[in-house]
Amino acid sequence: MAEQMKKYETPLLDELEKGPWPSFVKEIKTAADWNPMANDLLGLLERSYRDKIGHWKHGGIVGVMGYGGGVIGRYTDLPDEFPNVSHFHTMRVNQPAGWFYTSEALRTLADIWDRHGSGLTNFHGSTGDIIFLGTRTEELEATFSELTQAGFDLGGSGSDIRTPSCCCGMARCEWACYDTMKLTYFLTQHYQDEIHRPALPYKFKIKCSGCPNDCVASIARADFSVIGTWRDEIQIDQEMVREYAKNGVDIVKEVVALCPGRCIDWDGETLKIDDSSCRHCMHCINVLPKALAPGKDRGAVILLGSKAPIVEGAILSSVIVPFVKLDDEDSFNDIVELIDAILEPWVEEGKNRERVGEFIQRVGLGNYLEAIGLDPQPEMIRHPRTNPYVFYENYLEEE
Amino acid sequence: MAEKVTIEEVAEAMYKMVKDTMGMKKWKAMDLQKAAIELFGEDRCDKNLCKEAIKELVNSGRLVYTYFGGSYLEIPHKEGAAND
Repeated sequence: MAEQMKKYETPLLDELEKGPWPSFVKEIKTAADWNPMANDLLGLLERSYRDKIGHWKHGGIVGVMGYGGGVIGRYTDLPDEFPNVSHFHTMRVNQPAGWFYTSEALRTLADIWDRHGSGLTNFHGSTGDIIFLGTRTEELEATFSELTQAGFDLGGSGSDIRTPSCCCGMARCEWACYDTMKLTYFLTQHYQDEIHRPALPYKFKIKCSGCPNDCVASIARADFSVIGTWRDEIQIDQEMVREYAKNGVDIVKEVVALCPGRCIDWDGETLKIDDSSCRHCMHCINVLPKALAPGKDRGAVILLGSKAPIVEGAILSSVIVPFVKLDDEDSFNDIVELIDAILEPWVEEGKNRERVGEFIQRVGLGNYLEAIGLDPQPEMIRHPRTNPYVFYENYLEEE
Repeated sequence: MAEKVTIEEVAEAMYKMVKDTMGMKKWKAMDLQKAAIELFGEDRCDKNLCKEAIKELVNSGRLVYTYFGGSYLEIPHKEGAAND
């Protein structure tokens, strides 16, 4: 097959292989040795770089029977020139929580995609899913069938609840304040209908981070962010703090001076933290990981409304529940109840392509909180210790 | 109390709405739900019934989901953008 394939000159793409980092071009070239789709993709990409325009048409009717999410339709607008990427649909496969695989599972996924698509994957896309890049419409059902036989399912796309994702949480990280993987799995199972059958004004992303380091960037990218936190004191091992100092860490410069709450004191012997002023930024814990740790009374803060820019610019999440314990199924069911309440007014009144954060900006947070049955709290703020923007009725009355 | 309509009745009504406006209007799931509840009345039709009716229509292949900047429900057809 390789002998029959057209050889494309790719001087512009070749430039991308010259830097210090691994290049996607190298991987496409490797696949192009045996896969006609990957080969034509090289030619099309070179052409796009030359023309300074993407040669893709996006959207339309593609999917598997019964599902409205998980497949992103894509065709080239140059099908005669690049017939093997005439169809180049993406499939999103629901990743395991925390992105843990056995080698066998990875081989199974790769083999399925070699049989039915371009062989090119993206582990993992910004959605969190396993992304299979490039297949034809007639291969979708066959791929889906093999995926389900291997125990995988498609993820979300379009105006639905997107595949919930999380950090590796308690599986690998001692700072995880709740079991992110367990909650993500629970929510994924609960919202199967909403993931596969788009019925929302626009996408709705759920991301679970185990601590305020927020390794899945939920505060910036998820409509519904669950971020682990604690409400007691940071745990301190004074001996280890002294050890860090002895080994060259400048505690004042690297920890005390950079604390946003200005709540740390170091006298050369003892580190003191005024936890009432701590903003839970994790900076001191990140710098002194062997000496400091989150407190023992752990749970999560729930935030709502972030999105990456598409229609009206980026929005960061705002706090709606300052602290919740997440240690049993009852507490997970409370999260479901909250999500359902959050979705209802947005689904009823949201405009097409309006994210829930934009919807809240349009109707006002006060009105929205009333609609979902949450009382305003002082912690419902955009930034710690600044601009609280909930107005209290009794405050207005006093005015 | 008024008798509830069946899933099949709601599905048929929804299918007709989509078919009659094909090429003129794109229907989101919520649009179909609101239209069905308005047609049958809140006492006879509710959200869950509408959800099941849409599921029935999609599972049977009478309607398919499409994506044009948002997700819509349409009667299967060969789309303009598709290559052979």
